[in-house]
Formats: sequence, C-alpha cells, structure tokens
Amino acid sequence: MGSRASTLLREEEIEEIKKETGFSHSQITRLYSRFTSLDKGENGTLSREDFQRIPELAINPLGDRIINAFFPEGEDQVNFRGFMRTLAHFRPIEDNEKNKDPIASEPLNSRSNKLLFAFRLYDLDRDDKISRDELLQVLRMMVGVNISDEQLGSIADRTIQEADQNGDNSISFNEFIKVGNFLIFCIFGNMNYYLT
Amino acid sequence: CSELLPLAIWLSELYWSIVDWATHRIERGAKDNNHLLYKPYSNGDNRDLDHASEFEMSDIFYFCRQGVESIMDDEVTKRFSAEELESWNLLTRSNYNFQHISLRLTVLWGLGVVIRYGFLLPLRVTLAFTGVGLLVVLTSIIGFLPNGRMKNFLSEQVHLMCYRICVRALTAIITYHDSENKPKNGGICVANHTSPIDVIILASDGCYAMVGQIHGGLMGVIQKSMVKACPHIWFERSEVKDRHLVAKRLSDHVEDKTKLPILIFPEGTCINNTSVMMFKKGSFEIGSTVYPVAIKYDPRFGDAFWNSSQFGMVNYLLRMMSSWAIVCSVWYLPPMTREEGEDAVQFANRVKAAIARQGGLVDLLWDGGLKRGKVKDTFKEEQQKLYSKMLVGTQEDRSRS
Repeated sequence: MGSRASTLLREEEIEEIKKETGFSHSQITRLYSRFTSLDKGENGTLSREDFQRIPELAINPLGDRIINAFFPEGEDQVNFRGFMRTLAHFRPIEDNEKNKDPIASEPLNSRSNKLLFAFRLYDLDRDDKISRDELLQVLRMMVGVNISDEQLGSIADRTIQEADQNGDNSISFNEFIKVGNFLIFCIFGNMNYYLT
Repeated sequence: CSELLPLAIWLSELYWSIVDWATHRIERGAKDNNHLLYKPYSNGDNRDLDHASEFEMSDIFYFCRQGVESIMDDEVTKRFSAEELESWNLLTRSNYNFQHISLRLTVLWGLGVVIRYGFLLPLRVTLAFTGVGLLVVLTSIIGFLPNGRMKNFLSEQVHLMCYRICVRALTAIITYHDSENKPKNGGICVANHTSPIDVIILASDGCYAMVGQIHGGLMGVIQKSMVKACPHIWFERSEVKDRHLVAKRLSDHVEDKTKLPILIFPEGTCINNTSVMMFKKGSFEIGSTVYPVAIKYDPRFGDAFWNSSQFGMVNYLLRMMSSWAIVCSVWYLPPMTREEGEDAVQFANRVKAAIARQGGLVDLLWDGGLKRGKVKDTFKEEQQKLYSKMLVGTQEDRSRS
C-alpha cells in the first residue's frame, strides 16, 4: 500500500517540493503517505470533507478556518503541492537558514509569512484589514455560545483600540505584527515533533 | 500435535532471526541515505491557556497549532488502518516505508511467497473447509437429540473440536494466560475487537454463546445450524435497532445459569489492535458479572486487522491464510462487577482500561464508530466552554477591581 504511494510521487516532484518548501526528503515522503491516507476518494486531491474526517480537527473551534487556509481562492480541491505549501508555513526556522542570502526570495516559513498565515485566518475577505466584524466572527467561533454579544463586542472593541494606530477602526497587517510577534516562536517552533 | 511443538518453536526462532537480520540491513541502508524510519513519540503540548488572561489576537495560534498538528498526524484515523511496522516481516502487504534494499532480501521474500502460496495456503484452505463442514453437519445432527446434559456435553465437544480445526487452518499460535479466570455460565465475556478471527481464538478454548446479526449465505447456514445444538443469540436485522429488545434477550440468557456465557465485542467495530476505543454501554447495563479478555496479536508474523472498507471477508480470510502464522496472546482478566454509584459508562471505561493495560494497548475515549461516522459537536462545545471560561474569568476580576 505504502510502497505504491511512494512510487506515485516521482523524484523530480520531491526535488521541486524540497526547493519550494524546504522540507527534507523523508519528511516529504512521510507527509505524502499521510496525504494519501486522508485521500479516501483516491483521486490525488483532498476535499474539505477529507479534512473534516479527522476527529481532532473537526472538534477544533477554528477547524473550518484552518481547513480553508489550504484551499486557494474559490477552489474545492487541494493537491499535494498545495498541501505541502500550506504546511511549509509551520516548518520551524532552522539555524542555517537565518544567515541565507537576503536577495533570495523569502522562504515560506519565514516569520512574516507565518504571521501572514495567522492574519489571513481573521481576514476572510482578503482586504488586508481585520474589521470589527471579522474579529467578532473569529471570537464567536472560539467561544461558542458561552459569552453574550455585548461582552464579546466589548472584547473586540478593546482589542481594536489597543492595536489600531492609524485610527481606521480596523487592524492592518503591520499593526497585527506588533501585537502577535513574540508568541510565534513558542508556539510554532514546537511543530518539530511531527516533522523529524 | 504435541510433537510438532518443538518444531514450531524452532521454526519461529529461525524465522525471527531472519527478520532481525533483515531489519539491521534496512536500518543500515537507511542510515546511509539519511532516511528516518521511526516516528518519534510526542509527549503532549504545552497548555498555553491554563492561566486566565485577556483575549489577545495571538490566541488563535493555540487552536491553529492544534489543528495543523492533527492534520499532520492524529490519534484516531490511524487506528482504522493496519499498523505500521518498525521492521519488515517479509510480507509485501506490510511494506509501507521500505523500498528495495538488497538482492538477498528480495530472494528471501520470493522464497517466502512460494512457500506461503504454494504450500501453506492450499493446506490451510482444505483444513478450513473441513472444520466448517464438520461444524455444520455435526451440530445439525446434535440438534435432533432431546435437550439435556448429553446434548450440552456433545455440543461443547463438537464446537471445541471444529474451532480447533479452524485454528489449525489459520496456523494460529495462541498463548492463553490466567485460564483460571475463564468466563463462567451466566456471565458476559467482553474483549477488544480486531478481526472475525477473535471469535475462533476464544471459542477454541472455551464455549460461548455468540451474539450477532443473522447473515445470508454461508454465514447464515453456519449460524442456523449452530443454534440447533446450543442456544446462541442471533438477531434479525430489524431487531438490532431496538435496544430494549436486545437488552432483554441478553439479560434473559444471562439469568439462565445452564446457558453458556455470552461473548460480546463492545467496540462494535474492528480496530487495528494498537488501541482500545470506546466501549458501547449496552452490555454493561445488564448487571451480570463481566469477564474481560485482552487479545493482542503479534504483528511481526502477520497483520490480523480486518479493514472492512478495504477487503471483503473472503479476501481477508485468504490473506490471513497466506500469512506466515497468526501469533497472539490472550489474557483472561479477573471478573468485574458494577460497583455502587457507578453508572454503565463508568463501568465500561473501567473494564476498557483494564483490558488496555493488560494488552499493552492505547486506551482511547474516541468512539470506534468514527470509522464511518462524524464526531459529535459536544466535543467542540467543550473546548469553546473552556476557552470562554478563561476569558470571562478575567472580566469578572476586572469588574470587581
């Protein structure tokens, strides 16, 4: 079963993915067998239902938003390249990459790309601003029915007040970076366990 | 057959030393290529939300990380497909991460194929047909006898004999532990479920009343003739949905002390023998003594897990009969009864924990029904409640100060 999977993934593809995402050869083959085990329809792509079949993801309050991040605009299927490109955001930053050539294009797992990923979880309409409504939507997903609209509204207002600097009552990416930065390494850095 | 025992032991020692050698070759080859074969065991996450705090934009990172981690690997979906082995057992069907390593290994594997399919398989299929045929014929004959001690005695002997022939047909090498705890009349025997072979393994060492749905075809013929010799509990498809009817028939059977102990698999579906999933509470509500049994298969000799979405029953049995052998251990655990103030679910979890501990399996709370169905929303609501508590707690403190 598994040996069939690794023969379907050609060496050239593995090299391309390696270059694009920075994952190692063994990490790519391991994630490929994970991809195929999720792909129940066996057509080489994953649909939203395939992700929702993972119970631990289905009970995650932000599950739908995370799943959404894998699918490009307006599409319902994601292939292995797209899958790896999204997962690449969570690859920990290695020491030998920090001193890389600054002219080369930014790796997918750079600090700002990680923050951009998180920003897009809030910013559903992709207008590069997190409006009060968008913030409320995410808050509502995380708390369920346990907090009243008014309380939630005041939490949202306070958050925007603290982060907003140019007074447009919404949070831009630069303002977001200032609030979200310091936790990135504590949290995203621990992905290592699953990727060795 | 006892003369064959030392031969069998010697053969399995030889086999295992070959596998050991093969593993070292593979590991050496992998090290040369910097491949990593084994998934490291990760020890839980840091609970960033344990302390009360105010909402921050970065709170989503916690859920985000949990979500992506579960996409990369989760505890549940991997229980519904065959276990990945650390070393190859010379069966292609278990070959997930190992590619062609050396000519010698391939030759050994080829030799293995010839032996397994050319010699072992026909032998075993013949034995299987003999065993099943005898079971049907003899139980039908016994059915004509008047009810009484003679009939019960003969029926037990016939069942045991035929199941033992079937065990030979699968070349199952079974080690029974703690036989003093074997289930007695009027009790319910519960075990973890990996494949239909579990039934044969347990029934060749003791007599049980089976519970199940009536099938058509060959299965149906076997079921109908078995019930002539001694009372098993077969349900029509329509009756299965009626939980009260099921419970009543089970408790009626249990109250009659002349009837054999009932054999039930509370997980309700086959799991891949690395974990024990949620036990359905029905059998634990009846209130009789429960005899837990743990069954653990040794995956080095052949994978016994039945992935019913992948193979049908016949295909599965053929695969079993063309493996090297089925090696498993059965532990009869001391009987348990429901304690004061314990409800059926807690009792079920207690029994499940005992079975998991004995068999060296992971004890999961997840429902085996997740193989086919969706997870309940209540779990998501639990998480939302926890997070809200963390936020709201802060609000209350702030309004007080």
